[in-house]
Amino acid sequence: MRRFAQLFALALLVFGVESAAAERLVVSLSNHRVAVTSNFVGEELVLFGTIEPEPATSALRPPYDLVVTVTGPRQTIRTRRKQRILGIWVNADSREFVRVPAYLAVLSNRPVNDIANPDTLRRLQIGLDNFLLPQRIGSDFADTVRDDPFRRSFVRLQTQQGLYRESATAVTFLTPTVFRAAVPMPAAVPTGSYGVEVELFTRGTLVARTNSALDVIKTGFEQYVADAARDYGLLYGMATALMALLIGWFASLVFARD
Amino acid sequence: MQIYLPIADLPVNVFLVLGMGLAVGYISGMFGIGGGFLMTPLLIFIGIAPAVAVATVSSHIAASSFTGALSYWRKQALDIALALMLLSSGIVGTAIGVWLFTELRALDQLDLMIGLSYVTLLTVVGATMIYESWRAIMRTRHGMPATLRRPGSHTWFHGLPFKLRFKRSKIYVSAIPVWAIGLVIGFLGAIMGIGGGFLLVPMLIYLLRVPTATVIGTSMVLTLVTMASATVMHAATNHLVDAVLALILMVGGVIGAQFGARTGQKMRGERLRLLLGLLVFAVGCRFAYELVVKPDDLYSLRYVMSG
Repeated sequence: MRRFAQLFALALLVFGVESAAAERLVVSLSNHRVAVTSNFVGEELVLFGTIEPEPATSALRPPYDLVVTVTGPRQTIRTRRKQRILGIWVNADSREFVRVPAYLAVLSNRPVNDIANPDTLRRLQIGLDNFLLPQRIGSDFADTVRDDPFRRSFVRLQTQQGLYRESATAVTFLTPTVFRAAVPMPAAVPTGSYGVEVELFTRGTLVARTNSALDVIKTGFEQYVADAARDYGLLYGMATALMALLIGWFASLVFARD
Repeated sequence: MQIYLPIADLPVNVFLVLGMGLAVGYISGMFGIGGGFLMTPLLIFIGIAPAVAVATVSSHIAASSFTGALSYWRKQALDIALALMLLSSGIVGTAIGVWLFTELRALDQLDLMIGLSYVTLLTVVGATMIYESWRAIMRTRHGMPATLRRPGSHTWFHGLPFKLRFKRSKIYVSAIPVWAIGLVIGFLGAIMGIGGGFLLVPMLIYLLRVPTATVIGTSMVLTLVTMASATVMHAATNHLVDAVLALILMVGGVIGAQFGARTGQKMRGERLRLLLGLLVFAVGCRFAYELVVKPDDLYSLRYVMSG
């Protein structure tokens, strides 16, 4: 009896590992550092990857679906709604979205809703509709239903600015096991650390996942100015005011000639 | 040509911003106003965060009012004594304004408050200026002097004590209304994020009877000092002054202001006031329109904090 249990446990272990890790993802980003310089107008990063059998002798199970979720630095953003009060439009009601990504891109090879069932997507937070966007409700934090008007408007406004996006064509399979994903970085991309989550599905089940990271940083003169403004506010202000006076004085010198 | 702004965190077209600086600078040189009430909405329109726009505009106004003040100084069209008197109370007004600003911000109704003060002030001041200057123009058409300086036209505050003589402006008035005007301008400037030139000019003309010749230069000195200190204060407290944006605006602004000042001095005072009145009134109506008409998008985002 005891021997049988041991065998059963062993079998469970072998087959369990076998089915959970039959595939392995190997990915590489074209650039781990996006430098925002004075002529930065946006950039497109490329994520390349292959699907490897794990262990090497096991068989692959195509067709595969791939979802890449890129999340930017966290920010707290208030969404306000205007309402007519006494004939004028004022910001009446508002919701605060607490520590949500300032940038969020969900890239896949076909619409996420076709890749897995709603429960799986919800659990894995895949797609703009399923990503957890906690709101401050009183002293509590919770994500509301996906068609909550504030949540919908928040996602819509962020999408209009190019900061949130969901693209079902951004991932292309070059061969059944080699893929590339285009990650668009708009000009107004927030600076900070970004996480890249890559999830592989086959027939609606998650079979492998991996992650990567990248940084969006200001460099050169931009960095210098931003640092000075943050760390030496008073000096920076005085320098700016002095610059204003110098330019004003210089202009009046130039124009006083005639 | 695109350039990335380090504090505003977005790229802008250099020539567009330069052009905006030129246009607003021209207007500010012509009328002796800072032009903040025009520049701030323009910057917000091209996508710059309102807080950054307000903070950066103050340094732009400082530059264009300095160059304006220098050119009026050379033409001796500037009353330093009057400017200093106004400044002494203007600083007190600014301090009170900054305090109220913080209080209102805590209540989250600052936008509405700013919108309503813009509408009320701009339409009332604009309409008054249009009415007055139109009457002055009509009088000159009928062969009468443009400005009536009847000996009996003194108002009640001309009887107030602490009388001072301002030689350059050829006025003899009590210090009390001068202080009060400085206080009001400093206060409103801090609340509305404007230099207050468009309010100061008519106040000096109608209340203190300062002649049009010296009023613009004097107003520019006041604008210069308040906006230069506002730049330092904004940079030290909120870190929102974008020096790159400010530089592009300044270069455009000072050139525009030079040409504007020339046009302004060639024009007759009442014509100038009519034009300024129309401009102020139009901007006021624009703000009113925004408050009354249903907006395209009822929702808007405000970045509370990062991290």
